[in-house]
Amino acid sequence: MHSRFFLLILIIAGLVVAFVPLSFRPIAPQERTFRIGARQFAYSPSELKVNPGDKVTIQLVSTDVVHGLYIDGYDISIEADPGQTAALNFFADKPGSFRFRCNVTCGAMHPFMIGKLTVGSNQWLYRSIGLSIIAAISLFFIRSTRPSDRQLPITIY
Amino acid sequence: MELTRLPILKPALKSRYPQLAVFIVMLAGYIFAILAGFIGTPVGSRNFSIVFVWIAWWAILILVAVPFFGRGWCAVCPIPLPGEWLQRGAVLNPPDKKPKWLNLRWPKFLRNIWLQNISFLLLALFSSVLLTTPNITAIILAAMLFAAIGLSMVFERRSFCRYLCPVGGFIGLYSQTAPIELRIKEKQVCVVCDGKPCYNGSQTGYGCPWDVFPGGLRKNTYCGLCMECIRTCPHDNIAINLRPFSADLAKPSARIDEAFKAFIMLASAMIYAGVLLGPWGALKDAAYNVGTSAWLIYAIIFLAIIFAVLPGFFALGILKTKSALPLKQRFASFATALIPLGLMFWVAFSLSFVLTNASYILASLSDPLGLGWNLFGTASTAWKPMLTSILAPAQTLALVGGLIWSARTAQKAANEIKSSSIPVITFCFIVTLVMLWLLL
Ligand code: SF4
Ligand code: SF4
Ligand code: SF4
Ligand SMILES: [Cu+2]
Repeated sequence: MHSRFFLLILIIAGLVVAFVPLSFRPIAPQERTFRIGARQFAYSPSELKVNPGDKVTIQLVSTDVVHGLYIDGYDISIEADPGQTAALNFFADKPGSFRFRCNVTCGAMHPFMIGKLTVGSNQWLYRSIGLSIIAAISLFFIRSTRPSDRQLPITIY
Repeated sequence: MELTRLPILKPALKSRYPQLAVFIVMLAGYIFAILAGFIGTPVGSRNFSIVFVWIAWWAILILVAVPFFGRGWCAVCPIPLPGEWLQRGAVLNPPDKKPKWLNLRWPKFLRNIWLQNISFLLLALFSSVLLTTPNITAIILAAMLFAAIGLSMVFERRSFCRYLCPVGGFIGLYSQTAPIELRIKEKQVCVVCDGKPCYNGSQTGYGCPWDVFPGGLRKNTYCGLCMECIRTCPHDNIAINLRPFSADLAKPSARIDEAFKAFIMLASAMIYAGVLLGPWGALKDAAYNVGTSAWLIYAIIFLAIIFAVLPGFFALGILKTKSALPLKQRFASFATALIPLGLMFWVAFSLSFVLTNASYILASLSDPLGLGWNLFGTASTAWKPMLTSILAPAQTLALVGGLIWSARTAQKAANEIKSSSIPVITFCFIVTLVMLWLLL
């Protein structure tokens, strides 16, 4: 009974960690401009950090072949021809961490031409770490509540 | 629960025709993938060989087939077939007794999975090129087919599958977690069974191609689910059972080759997550430019993580735990606990890769060679990542679930060998955090 009670608490804690909405004190939105160089098969800089609500401009400059930039979750993209600059404007209204990736086939490693945009904090990472900790704790409660010897449908030796 | 009691399943498995039909489709697809790799467009994401092998097949294998059906893929895999047919001198007919070709026993010192570990690592070190270049993929597919044929001519049974196949190695490892198993029903029936046709063959079929005696099966690793023993057993003593997940892991393995397989797979998933899905361009360059000094350093680090860093920390962790067993045996037993976690690492990694690129499948279906065909009108399907909003939660679920699953396995292993599971759980916890950081 005792351990069941703890288990219940842990499950509730898990749900809270997974789903409770996090709102930090709002930071005044800013305008931010990033100039991103694209080459086969990398962006530089490849990691962008903005605050929720920021108005973001990405200037994509390609230094070799045609490259694109597609942001997961935001579902927006641009393309830049070699030597040209293309600009993408958007409001960073979704918090979290998103991969951005090339969406113009540009060579062999094209599917892995990837960068990372973090809006505010990487919430899912922190929630996941919280869940892992709860999982680890819960194991000490599940331990030995069930017999470990399972009856096989047939026993073979 | 015994699935072979189902009225249709048993006859469908006993007859050779349903499996043969699947074999033919698979073999045709396999040969087409080889051809497409050679004659199709060099653009990977437009070529059937890349899209169907590394996106479609891989997705089905790692997200469905292995977790739910164990070696289910091996039951329909086309790679060993031409060799096996040549070896038997027959596609369907019952065997005649005299062996064709050399029919040698596999050498004793290679009766382990080290060759599979090595063949997997060789592919893994070149994986960035392999995954993205159609003709390299074609060469590897063809090489596997011919290696399987060659070994069938020299050695008995399916030596390629059992001892060399880079894919079979990890399918075997992770098949232990699957909720399905092929086992005998009654031990006593086997004890008194005359001639053991399931192993030695008979008029109704061939002796176990995987060189396994079904009566001794205790884990899924080396049974290829080829269904031959269902056909040969005269006493109807073979069953396919539904069972709890990871039942095989309750009794930990004590083999060091299998222990290292668990490390190889766990570490490769982490390295791939970092190199392929991470934002670090220099890593990708190093992994892709095979033969350069950057690649050499990458290769050395890759192998060091697999053979020194992870096993080193793992061994250090369990060094001081109380146990009657020597360190080597504890190491091997506890490595069993990494199997569910490794599988879930691969699931989490593959979810990202597969959902992002699944839209290529439709395009490639209509234009498999990238030559501008449009067979089904889907050739111009635009690339678009799928389900991006549930990707991160799904990965979390897989990884945290994997952590719990592995920790439970560690507790069982600790019970078995009378030792403490805490260092192993701590190890699992730390690598899970690293993987979360890499993927999210
Ligand atoms: S071991 Fe390899 S070649 Fe053999 S059936 Fe399995 S996947 Fe195919
Ligand atoms: S043929 Fe059937 S009864 Fe005989 S040993 Fe094999 S599984 Fe057992
Ligand atoms: S003959 Fe039976 S035991 Fe041997 S690999 Fe095939 S299904 Fe498994
Ligand atoms: Cu690109």
